[in-house]
Amino acid sequence: MDLKELYSQIITENSRSTRNRRPVPGATISLEGVNPSCGDDITLQLRVEDGVVQDAGFIGSGCAISQASASLMIDDIIGKTEEEARRLIKLFFGMIKGEADGDELDDLEDAAALQGISHTPARVKCAVLAWHTLEEALDGKQPEEF
Amino acid sequence: MRRFSDDFPILSQDNNGKRLVYLDNGATTQKPQQVLDAVNRYYLTENANPHRGVYDLAMRATDAHENSRAAVAKFIGAPEDSVIFTQNTSEGLNLIAYSYGRAFLKPGDEVLIYVAEHHSNLVPWQWVAKTTGAELKYLYPDENGRLTVEELDKKINERTKVVAVAHVSNVLGLETPVEEIVKRAHAVGAVVVLDIAQSVAHMPLDLVKLDVDFAALSGHKIYAPMGVGAVYGKKALLEKMPPFLSGGDMIAAVHEYRTTYAEVPRKFEAGTRNVGGEVGLAAAMEYVSSVGWDTIVSQEEALIAQTLEGMNVLPYVKVYGEATAAGRHGVISFNIDDVHPHDVATILDSDGVCIRAGHHCAQPLMEHLGIGSCCRASFALYNTEEDVQALLQGLKHVREVMGLGS
Ligand SMILES: Cc1ncc(COP(=O)(O)O)c(C=O)c1O
Ligand SMILES: [Zn+2]
Repeated sequence: MDLKELYSQIITENSRSTRNRRPVPGATISLEGVNPSCGDDITLQLRVEDGVVQDAGFIGSGCAISQASASLMIDDIIGKTEEEARRLIKLFFGMIKGEADGDELDDLEDAAALQGISHTPARVKCAVLAWHTLEEALDGKQPEEF
Repeated sequence: MRRFSDDFPILSQDNNGKRLVYLDNGATTQKPQQVLDAVNRYYLTENANPHRGVYDLAMRATDAHENSRAAVAKFIGAPEDSVIFTQNTSEGLNLIAYSYGRAFLKPGDEVLIYVAEHHSNLVPWQWVAKTTGAELKYLYPDENGRLTVEELDKKINERTKVVAVAHVSNVLGLETPVEEIVKRAHAVGAVVVLDIAQSVAHMPLDLVKLDVDFAALSGHKIYAPMGVGAVYGKKALLEKMPPFLSGGDMIAAVHEYRTTYAEVPRKFEAGTRNVGGEVGLAAAMEYVSSVGWDTIVSQEEALIAQTLEGMNVLPYVKVYGEATAAGRHGVISFNIDDVHPHDVATILDSDGVCIRAGHHCAQPLMEHLGIGSCCRASFALYNTEEDVQALLQGLKHVREVMGLGS
């Protein structure tokens, strides 16, 4: 296990960053994603207008990997079309599965720092939580009512 | 001094290139060669379906089943005919809650449990309360994480019909005052259910003397294989309770439209049992007895005291429940400032140290403590001072890796 790769400065700093940790005014989509096994919990909020993610933010708590991943994802998707966001999600999943590598990952920008997770299966769920929630949000999934 | 870790083959392996330091014994313990051999011997020489054959081999399998029951009974201070084999504590507590609770609880009754309960001593009671109309009430710890007599006096009343508590909380690690609970519960005619999952491997038990009405344990937390556990119940109560599961082996006679049940404890043992596991459980208890309680208790207490001492000087470590070894058994839960438990566990893992991170199946307690999750180091008779040092070094390492200084 390479801890330097897993907990690089980008990850530790972004896990504590408050930049994207905020509710989104006028959000059109709000969806919670949880990892029951470790308790990572994020609520992703998006303002999507004319097929473009105009604004995004999240609130929640969890491990450094899950929180950094959420924050870095939001950096990636603000201003992008839904279509582009979906392509980034695919790219991120591909990176985690070890299927996408090298220059391909440039579009993920700093989120590519999470590549190390592909060697740490126990933490994959943490890394993909935000991206998985984003995918569900774009698919129009509604929060379940009990 | 004898190194007990030598009896546990799995402990000689590496973990991430470091010596394996196993401190997740509250979740499950490792198994000594003596237990593995006993299970193997059963399948190599004695296996048949107990109670279902007249041939010699089946008689020997029946003996293995019943002798294991006798060994378990003796170990926990219970009469043989009051011990039921289960899969684990969860099944045991479900048996008690459903079988006793559904038959004897009614609207207006109260079931009293501790907010620190493991979900398996909580969810079944929620469900039973919902279906019988009884009310579920909670006991809360004081600011030191202890369940006090004052709290008991406030909550136990003439409506209380069941008090269900863990002997030792799997998160706080602190012993509950069983004698005080039993005295008060019995005074109002309530039964006491004791979850001994976390105490059975760490202290001698005499359930008859404790005078609890029911108890449940898991073999895998006391060096036995997974998939076997036991319930103790006072015979008179077990006799008036309906069966939990029904079908093969738990009957006396079956007719098209009615059935009479087997005698206790077989009334509660439907279907073919995990006899290999039962043999393993008996062997595990024999192993613990051979090590001796004096050795186990003094050794574990010393390790816990050392760990707490080491943690208490690290300003960024917070221990849950009073951070003393007194009345603490096997478990220390803690958090590191500004680091999520999940990250702590990953970084410790890279140092070879296995601990648990999460809500520990005790979410109401997490809520009560105002945390989402925590880390837990838990000990067994094979742990050593070296293991404690590896954990404490690891905690400093965690802060460094997260860029917080140590
Ligand atoms: C106090 C307590 N009760 C119940 C259980 C449930 O045990 P099992 O999972 O073996 O059923 C556990 C362990 O996880 C426990 O620590
Ligand atoms: Zn996580």
